[in-house]
Amino acid sequence: MTVTRTDSGTWPASGTVPPAIELAGVRKHFGQVRAVDGIDMTVASGEIVAFLGPNGAGKTSTIDIVLGLSRPDSGSVSVYGMAPRRAIAHGLISAVMQTGGLLKDLTVYETVEYTASLFAHSQSPREALSRAGIAEIADRRVGKCSGGEQQRLRFAMALMPDPELLVLDEPTTGMDVEGRRNFWSAIRKDAEQGRTVLFATHYLEEADAYADRIVLVRHGKIVADGTASEIKAMAAGRTVRATLPGAAEADLRDVPGAEVVEVRGETVLIHSKDSDATARYLLTQTAARDLEVTARGIEDAFIALTGDDTHSAATHSAGTGTAATDSAASAGAI
Amino acid sequence: MSTTPSAFAADLAARRMPPAGGFNLTALRLEIRRLLRNRRTVIITIIFPVFFFLIFGLNKAYASDKIGHGNEAAFIMVSLGLYGAVFAATSAGAMVSIERAQGWSRQLRLTPLSPVAYILMKVLTALVLGAGSVAVVLIAGALTNKASMPAYLWVVSGLSVWVGSLLFAAFGLLMGFLLPAENVIQLMSLMLTLLSFAGGLFIPISQFPQTVQDICKWTPLYGLNQLVHTPLLGTGVDWTWVVNVLAWLVIFVGGAALRFRQDTSRV
Repeated sequence: MTVTRTDSGTWPASGTVPPAIELAGVRKHFGQVRAVDGIDMTVASGEIVAFLGPNGAGKTSTIDIVLGLSRPDSGSVSVYGMAPRRAIAHGLISAVMQTGGLLKDLTVYETVEYTASLFAHSQSPREALSRAGIAEIADRRVGKCSGGEQQRLRFAMALMPDPELLVLDEPTTGMDVEGRRNFWSAIRKDAEQGRTVLFATHYLEEADAYADRIVLVRHGKIVADGTASEIKAMAAGRTVRATLPGAAEADLRDVPGAEVVEVRGETVLIHSKDSDATARYLLTQTAARDLEVTARGIEDAFIALTGDDTHSAATHSAGTGTAATDSAASAGAI
Repeated sequence: MSTTPSAFAADLAARRMPPAGGFNLTALRLEIRRLLRNRRTVIITIIFPVFFFLIFGLNKAYASDKIGHGNEAAFIMVSLGLYGAVFAATSAGAMVSIERAQGWSRQLRLTPLSPVAYILMKVLTALVLGAGSVAVVLIAGALTNKASMPAYLWVVSGLSVWVGSLLFAAFGLLMGFLLPAENVIQLMSLMLTLLSFAGGLFIPISQFPQTVQDICKWTPLYGLNQLVHTPLLGTGVDWTWVVNVLAWLVIFVGGAALRFRQDTSRV
C-alpha cells in the first residue's frame, strides 16, 4: 500500500493512486462525549463502503471530519492525499447530508444551477437532475418537495462537480420504502461508473445490498470491517444451547466453532460459527444433553456487535478479531 | 473516475479551483431573484418608500417650501430613498440568518465558494436591491413633479444614499449572524423603524425634547441621514456626522467579521 500524503500542497506523484480516504487515529470529543474514539480507516479508490452503526455511534462526526466540516482533536485525515477542504475546492469530494442544506425559496433547477456555478468544472444541471430522477420537478420550489425528492436533489447537487468520492450521511432517513428504493437505484447506477462511495447508515439491509465493504462502528470505534459477506458470515452464526452440569466457561472455549461461551447454571450457551461441529463435539465428547441449535439472524448479530450490554461486549471482542484480519485483507488489496 | 494511476493523476491535475473564490454572476442573479421573491422585502423596500413619499412628500402645506438648493418635497424624497435603500441593504444582509438556519451555509462549505466571495455576493445583492429602491423613489419624485432641485443634485443625492446604504448591509450581516432566523425579519423591521425615527428620516429630530435629541445623535442612521442631505441643503459637513457613520461602520463590520469567523471556525 502506498500512502502519498501531500497536505503541503503538491499533487500526488503520478503512478500512484492515493487512497480516497485515509483516517489515522482520529479522535473527536464533544465535552465529555467521545464521539470519535480512535478511528483508523483507509478507503481505496473505487470502493463502495458502508459505515454502519447505531445512532450515536460517531458516524456523522467521522463524516464531518472527512468532509472538513469539523477538525479532529487528534489524528490525521486526508482525502486523495489532500486536506479535505482542499479536496472540496478541487471538486474531488462531495456529499449528500442527512437534512438541511437546501433553500426553500429556490426551485429545484435553480438550486442545482447555483451549486454548479460554484465549481470550476461542473456537469450540466439538466443532466444531473435526470440522473437523480427528478428532471420532471425541475421548476418546483424546494419547499414543496417531499423528503425523498429533496434527498434526490441533494444527490443531484453532489453530482455537479463529478466528484471522485461521494459521501452520503444516512441518505434515506425518513424515506418510505419506495423512496428508498428509487434513491438507491439512482446511486447504484451512478456508482457503476467507478465513483468511490462512502455512506453512513443504520439500516443493515442497505449496507448489505449496496456496499462492497462494511465498516461497523460503535461508541466511536471500528468494531468490524470486512466485505458484506464476511460480516454476514460472522453474523450468521448459530447459538448452540445444551444442559451440561458442572461446565466451566474456560473448558468450553476450545470447543470447535465456539466464538462466545456463556454458562448459566447447568445451561451452556455457545455462539458458534460452525454449529454442526460444536453440536457433534458436545454430544460425543461431553455429557451434554437437551441440545438445541438456534439460528441467529443478521439483525441479532448487528445488535450484538453494536449493542451495549455485557454479553454483546464479549461478542464484540470476538468481532474485533475478525476485523483485524479483514482490515489486513482490504489494506492488501489497495 | 479513472482506473489507471496515470490517468487518475491527470484527472486530479485537471481539476482546478474556481476563479475568484467561486464568485460568479449566475449565483448573484439567483441571490437577487430570491430576494425579489420575498414579497415582504419587496413591499417594504419598494412600495413603502414610494407610498410614504406620496403621503408626506406631496403635502401642499409645505411640499413646495424652499429648502437649501431645492424644496421640502425633494428633502423628503431623499429621506425616504435612504429609508428604502437601508431597508433593502439590511434585508439582503440578514438573509444569512435564514441560510444558516436552513443549513445552506453548511452546504456551501461543501463547495469551493470562499467565505469572502459569499459575503461579497451578499453585499452586491444588497446594492442591487438598494439601487432599485432609491430609483423608484426618485422616479416617483420626478413623475409627481413636486420635488425640485438642480439635476446634478438628483444624481449626487441618489448616489450618496445608495453608497451610504452599504453601512446597513453590514448591519444586516451582523443581525443575520446574531439573531435566530424565525425572528430576524420582525426584529430587524422594528429596529430599522426605530432607528429611522431616531435618525430623523420621518420627522426632524428637532421636534423631540432636547434629551431625546441628544440620544438620537448617537444612533446609526442619524449621521448618515445628515450626510446624504448635505448636498441638497448646501451646508457644511459636521465632523460628528462623519464620526457617527465611521464608528458604526467599524462596529457593524467588525462585529459581523467576528461572528463570521466564529461561524466558519466553529467546526
